[in-house]
Amino acid sequence: MAEGDAARAVVWLFEASPKIYPRAVSGRFALWRWAGVFITQAVFYGLPWLQWNARPALLFDLAARRFYIGPLVLYPQDFIYLTVLLLLAAYGLFLFTAVAGRLWCGFACPQTVYTELFMWIERRFEGDRLQRMRLDAAPWSLHKAWRKGGKHALWIVLALWTGVTLVGYFTPMRALWDQLMGQMAPISSALSAGLAPPVWGPWEGFWALFYAVATWGNAGFLREQVCKTMCPYARFQGAMLDRDSLVIAYDAGRGEPRGSRPRSLAHAALAAQGKGDCVDCGLCVQVCPTGIDIRHGQQIECIGCAACIDVCNGVMDKMLYPKGLIRYASQNALAQGLGTRAMLRRVLRPRVLIYSAILLLISAGFVASLALRTPFRVDVVRDRGALARLAQDGHIENSYRLQIMNASETAQRFVVGVRGLDGARLVGRPAGGPVMDGGLGAAGVAAAGGVGGIDARARADASADPSAAIDIGPAAARWASLAVQLPPAAAAQAGAGAHAFEFVIERLAQGDEPAAVVREKSTFFVPR
Amino acid sequence: MSDFTSGGWSVYIAAATLISLFACLALLLFASRRVVVLRADGTPDDTTGHVWDEDLRELNNPLPLWWMGLFVITVLFSLAYLWLYPGLGSHAGSLQWTSVQEHAQDQAQARAAAAPLYERYANQPAAQLARDAQAMGMGERLFVNHCATCHGSDARGSLGFPNLTDSDWLWGGTPQNINESIRAGRQGTMPAMAAAVGSPAEVRQLAQYVLSLSGSPHDSLAAQLGRTKFSTCAACHGSDGRGNPALGAPNLTDKVWLHGWGEAAVVAMITQGKTSVMPAHGGRLSAEQIHVLAAYVWQLSQPPGSVASAVAAPANASAATAAAPPAPTSAAQAR
Repeated sequence: MAEGDAARAVVWLFEASPKIYPRAVSGRFALWRWAGVFITQAVFYGLPWLQWNARPALLFDLAARRFYIGPLVLYPQDFIYLTVLLLLAAYGLFLFTAVAGRLWCGFACPQTVYTELFMWIERRFEGDRLQRMRLDAAPWSLHKAWRKGGKHALWIVLALWTGVTLVGYFTPMRALWDQLMGQMAPISSALSAGLAPPVWGPWEGFWALFYAVATWGNAGFLREQVCKTMCPYARFQGAMLDRDSLVIAYDAGRGEPRGSRPRSLAHAALAAQGKGDCVDCGLCVQVCPTGIDIRHGQQIECIGCAACIDVCNGVMDKMLYPKGLIRYASQNALAQGLGTRAMLRRVLRPRVLIYSAILLLISAGFVASLALRTPFRVDVVRDRGALARLAQDGHIENSYRLQIMNASETAQRFVVGVRGLDGARLVGRPAGGPVMDGGLGAAGVAAAGGVGGIDARARADASADPSAAIDIGPAAARWASLAVQLPPAAAAQAGAGAHAFEFVIERLAQGDEPAAVVREKSTFFVPR
Repeated sequence: MSDFTSGGWSVYIAAATLISLFACLALLLFASRRVVVLRADGTPDDTTGHVWDEDLRELNNPLPLWWMGLFVITVLFSLAYLWLYPGLGSHAGSLQWTSVQEHAQDQAQARAAAAPLYERYANQPAAQLARDAQAMGMGERLFVNHCATCHGSDARGSLGFPNLTDSDWLWGGTPQNINESIRAGRQGTMPAMAAAVGSPAEVRQLAQYVLSLSGSPHDSLAAQLGRTKFSTCAACHGSDGRGNPALGAPNLTDKVWLHGWGEAAVVAMITQGKTSVMPAHGGRLSAEQIHVLAAYVWQLSQPPGSVASAVAAPANASAATAAAPPAPTSAAQAR
């Protein structure tokens, strides 16, 4: 190629992405997608409204650091469960992607779900593909303003409700709604029940608006840009698919050579005329939300929504050809001409089986761990000021603070003991310490006589007996300052240095909550 | 305001920042177009122009314009940020923001939030505060943050740091005394008395006498000999050895040995003396906070149950309102 002769032009490396006008589609997979929309949104919008024993069934109270999931009260120390949930999600993802490709993207992803909802609204106001294209090309008029304005108004309402619902996972939803409606009575009832007043604060407002703007922007404008350029999930699909994964594929062997033909030409006679099944109507391109042509083959932009399958099947029906010119097929199936049976048998390959096994194991472990979990936790914090101290008559003392976290929703009583150190005994007044921290456990303080007062009975319980029971309110945590004391003879026998022992914290049986025991290791220092 | 040795550094930093910012922007703009060869049919060649292995070409597709838009927005944000906040050398920013100021504002906010509570508690006596769970919760948190490093989180002290849960007080154990100890601090000086006492043997005899005062194990013969020397101690510790809270002189007749146990410790104390300091917290804590804290420390040393019964029903002062503590259902304590 002679360099100097060729004509040149200036090309811009950035270009505005052309707006995509997906055509409306109906069919089997569209129905599945709408089922996905209903189920996911029923869960998302519905869960915050459910109650469990007069409190929200699902509440992530960040300020009080308690996470209420149905009957469970989880502490930040239980974060491992969230990790395991993410692991489950990851392996579940690997599993169904290996089997049938981007099922998440096309049927359940919030981006798809909200885009679907927003596009439905858009179609109500602006019509289907051709009408939308014409409206956008038309000059501004009252008609256009009404269509566009109405669409955006409804979009904004939906987006705002989505934002408020998101905040409802962190602040009780019913109280938020009541406040929006101008009712304050529920707030005072929450206060008297010992709950922190769930109010619309600046942060609640900020996040509701932020999420609303994000929903409006992503579902209203960005749409496929998220899938094409922003979502990391889209990019590692390639690593999770193999040649036996079912993906949305155009059967080129059946469809080519494509082209128009008379309606009267029977399917059996197509081959003789040198025509494949594809009539080149271009509908598969028109319905595609990412604007690709699936006939080019497996592409990174394809989100697996199967709209092209639905619309092509519709055309095949009209032409009286068999369905499935575009269908879920694996690359091996297309290359080797496998039938459906043979293709599906390949689903149960080692990769899928291993993912299933791992998923099952992790799920079983997760459920078992939750079922067997002790309903309270203890953390032992040694005093850092002094290693050891000399008490009366030569006794050696080490002081500790035990944080006892009640993870049940009833007030509980705990007794602390010491094991593993000969001659050791507890000193101090653990039961005398007041409540230091609590979520709904402020109710414990309320139960003890209201905020600002504590009744004589509770105070009198603060005996000098370190084996006295410590009362902790529902979902509350409390510090107990204790010292472990060793008489001089036992200290001499144990010898100077660090000695391991354990605290034994016993929860007393109460009502239908059984007794439970937690052991926490610690060390006792005998000075030289 | 500036930490630099020369104002020139500030200019250098500001210049480097702004030049980099605009250089990035310029790079983006200048690199956003390129000259390409036109193909035979007139369309621009959308490959990079290189050919590998006879027919392998790399496409050079355009990027979304909104990426460029986002980048420009970040540049504008940076400029706004650098105008408002410190970042360009010594320029303090038009908002005059400093982290010290922000911290002071946070502290003021916290104080304002707690002020109504403290106001309520300021006029209540210690005995009343001791019954208030919220006040005692606040007192405990104040204690853990300010006192526990020396006195232990259970307030039982350590060598040289008094046990606040016993009834032995160097400077008096009333809420007012405790308040003053916290606010103004205390300094107790035991002078080195060896010279006034005499020889080391005489010091030892005196030490044995002191031990005998509290009924601790001692050498009776030496104690008898040391008795006459005690007059030098009586000036501060009292002729009966019961101490003097006005001077912070300890009670020698009890079994509390703040600075060590046994003859060697007492001899060392007499020979070398000691100055003990309780730091003043008046500058660190507000008067209201000290009031609540003093009530907390005071109730630590009160016999359990006595606080409730003492103030529960003033009309029925004699009524026993304290219920018996519940017996644990299982003895979880090892012996």
